[in-house]
Amino acid sequence: MTGREGGAKGPLAGGLVPALPQGSLDVLCPMHLVLDAAGQVVHAGPTLRRLRPGQVLTGRPFEDLFEVQRPQLPAGMAALLDQAGTRLHLRLRDHPRTGLKAVLVPLAPDDAGRRGAVVNLSFGISIDEALRDYSLHSNDFAPTDLAIEMLYLTEAKLAVLDSWKDLNQRLQGAKIAAEEQAYTDTLTGLKNRRAMDHVLARLIRAGEPFALMHLDLDWFKAVNDSHGHAAGDHVLQHVARALVDETRGEDTVARIGGDEFVLLFPHLLRRARIEEIAQRLIARLEKPILFGTAVCRVSCSMGTTLSSFYAAPRADVMLADADAALYASKKMGRAQHCFFRPRAEAG
Amino acid sequence: MHGLINRSIECFLRDTYGVGLWADVALRADLPGTSFEAMLSYEDALTWRVLEAAEALLKKPRAVLLEDVGTYLVSHANNEGLRRLLRFAGVGYEDFLHSLDDLPDRARLAVGDLMIPPLELSQQGDGRFVLRCGPGMPGFGHALIGVLRAMADDYGALVMLDHLGSRRGIETIEIRLVERAFTEGREFELGARTG
Repeated sequence: MTGREGGAKGPLAGGLVPALPQGSLDVLCPMHLVLDAAGQVVHAGPTLRRLRPGQVLTGRPFEDLFEVQRPQLPAGMAALLDQAGTRLHLRLRDHPRTGLKAVLVPLAPDDAGRRGAVVNLSFGISIDEALRDYSLHSNDFAPTDLAIEMLYLTEAKLAVLDSWKDLNQRLQGAKIAAEEQAYTDTLTGLKNRRAMDHVLARLIRAGEPFALMHLDLDWFKAVNDSHGHAAGDHVLQHVARALVDETRGEDTVARIGGDEFVLLFPHLLRRARIEEIAQRLIARLEKPILFGTAVCRVSCSMGTTLSSFYAAPRADVMLADADAALYASKKMGRAQHCFFRPRAEAG
Repeated sequence: MHGLINRSIECFLRDTYGVGLWADVALRADLPGTSFEAMLSYEDALTWRVLEAAEALLKKPRAVLLEDVGTYLVSHANNEGLRRLLRFAGVGYEDFLHSLDDLPDRARLAVGDLMIPPLELSQQGDGRFVLRCGPGMPGFGHALIGVLRAMADDYGALVMLDHLGSRRGIETIEIRLVERAFTEGREFELGARTG
C-alpha cells in the first residue's frame, strides 16, 4: 500500500485542485478505496482495512469484495464508472456482510486513456451493526464525520427514553392506586357510591339481567348511641365482611351512605334465590357482634328490584324503586325483605 | 432546575451516604415527595434547599459537596451512561477539554429543556487552560471540577484543577494538563452501549 492516491504525479494531480500530499485521503476518507482501470484495489483506507483484519485487500477485484445491491449493474469497471457521483448501496460479500453506502469518482485517464476510480464508503444507518461486528474507535472516523455525533445522540436519546419509561411506569402505578382509592370506601374496603354507579351503568349499558338490592341496617343508631362511634365503625366493618362472604365474587357490594348498602347481582333474577340470600343475610347480621366487652346487635331491611321489571332500565329509577321496597320492609317491622312491585303487578 | 440535576444530587447523596441520609435531607428541605423525577422540572429554590440541608447534615462546605457530586456523576458505576456520553467528545483529554464549549448544546440536543451554563475554554499555552462558566447556576464550576478530575482519570491524564473564584456570576477554573497519558485510562468502545 503505497498511497498511490497522492503525490505530485498521482492520478489526482492536475486540474484545478492542487495535488494532495501522500496519505491525505487516508485522513479525509479513512474508508476509501482506490481502484485501477481493471477494477482492482490498489489502496484501501485504514478503517476499511480494519473491517477485514486478516485479509490483504490490495490486488483483489472490487467486485470480489463487494456486491453492488443498488442500482443493479452489469459486471465490469465500465458500468461502475458510469455511476460516478451517484449513491451506491454495497454489501461486503463475505461475513459479516456489512451494508455500506458509497460514492465513486473516476481518476484522470492514464496514457492508454483508461480510468481508475476512488470509491468512498460509509456505514450510513448500519453503523450500529458495524460497531457490534468490528472493534472501531473514534479515530477510525474522519474528524468531520457525523457518525460519532449520531452515536452520541442515539445513546443519549435511549437514556432519556428509558427515563421517560420509568416515569410512565411509576405514574401508571400511582394512577391505578389513586383510581382504586377513588372507588373504595376507606372504612370497610367495600366499593363506594361512585364505583356502584359505574357498575350499575355498565350493567344497564350491556343490557345484562341483574338484581339490585338496597340494604339498610336496623338498630345501627342504637349501637352508635350506646357504645360510641368506634363500636359503630367496628359493626360496619363486620357487616361489610359478612356481605362479601354471603355474595358471589361477581356481585358488587357497595356502601353508599352511613349504614346503607347496595348489592348488585348480575345474571340473577330468580326471586326464590334472592329471597334465600336475603334471609341468610338477616340471620348472619343478627348474630351479636362483640366490641370489647360491648355486645352490639343489628339486623337489616332490604328492598330489591329486578332489571326485568323495566323495558328500558334506568339507574335512578331502579335505585328509587329498590328504596321504595326497602321502605316497605321497614314498615313491616324491620328485618324483612321485599321485592319492588311494578305497577302492572301492583294493580 | 431540571429534574436531571436534582436527581443527580439525590442519587449522589443516596449512593454515597445511604437512604437514611437522603430521607433526612428530603425532610429538612421540605421536599414535596420523597424523590425527584429526572424528567420533570422543579423550582430552583428546591435545589438550594436540598444543598443547604445536605451541607448542614454532612457538615461539608458547598464547594466540596458539589465537587463530589461531579466526581460521582462520572465515576460511579450507576452513571456509566453519562461517562460514555462525555467520552464521545474526543479521543484524548485535550479533545475533551476543547469539546466543553459544545457541552450546553450537546446537553440540549439530548434533553431539549436541559439548560446548563455556557462554557468557554481558552488555551494559555504550556498545557494551561482557563475555563469560564457562565451565570445561572452558582456552584456549577465546583461540580465541573469534579467532572473534569474524574474524566482525567478516565482518559488516563494527569491534571491540576483550581477554582479561581467567581465574579459577576462567572466562575473561572484553571486546568493544568501535566501529562496526557499518565495512566492507561479506561476503555471506551463506541459500540458498547450500557443501555
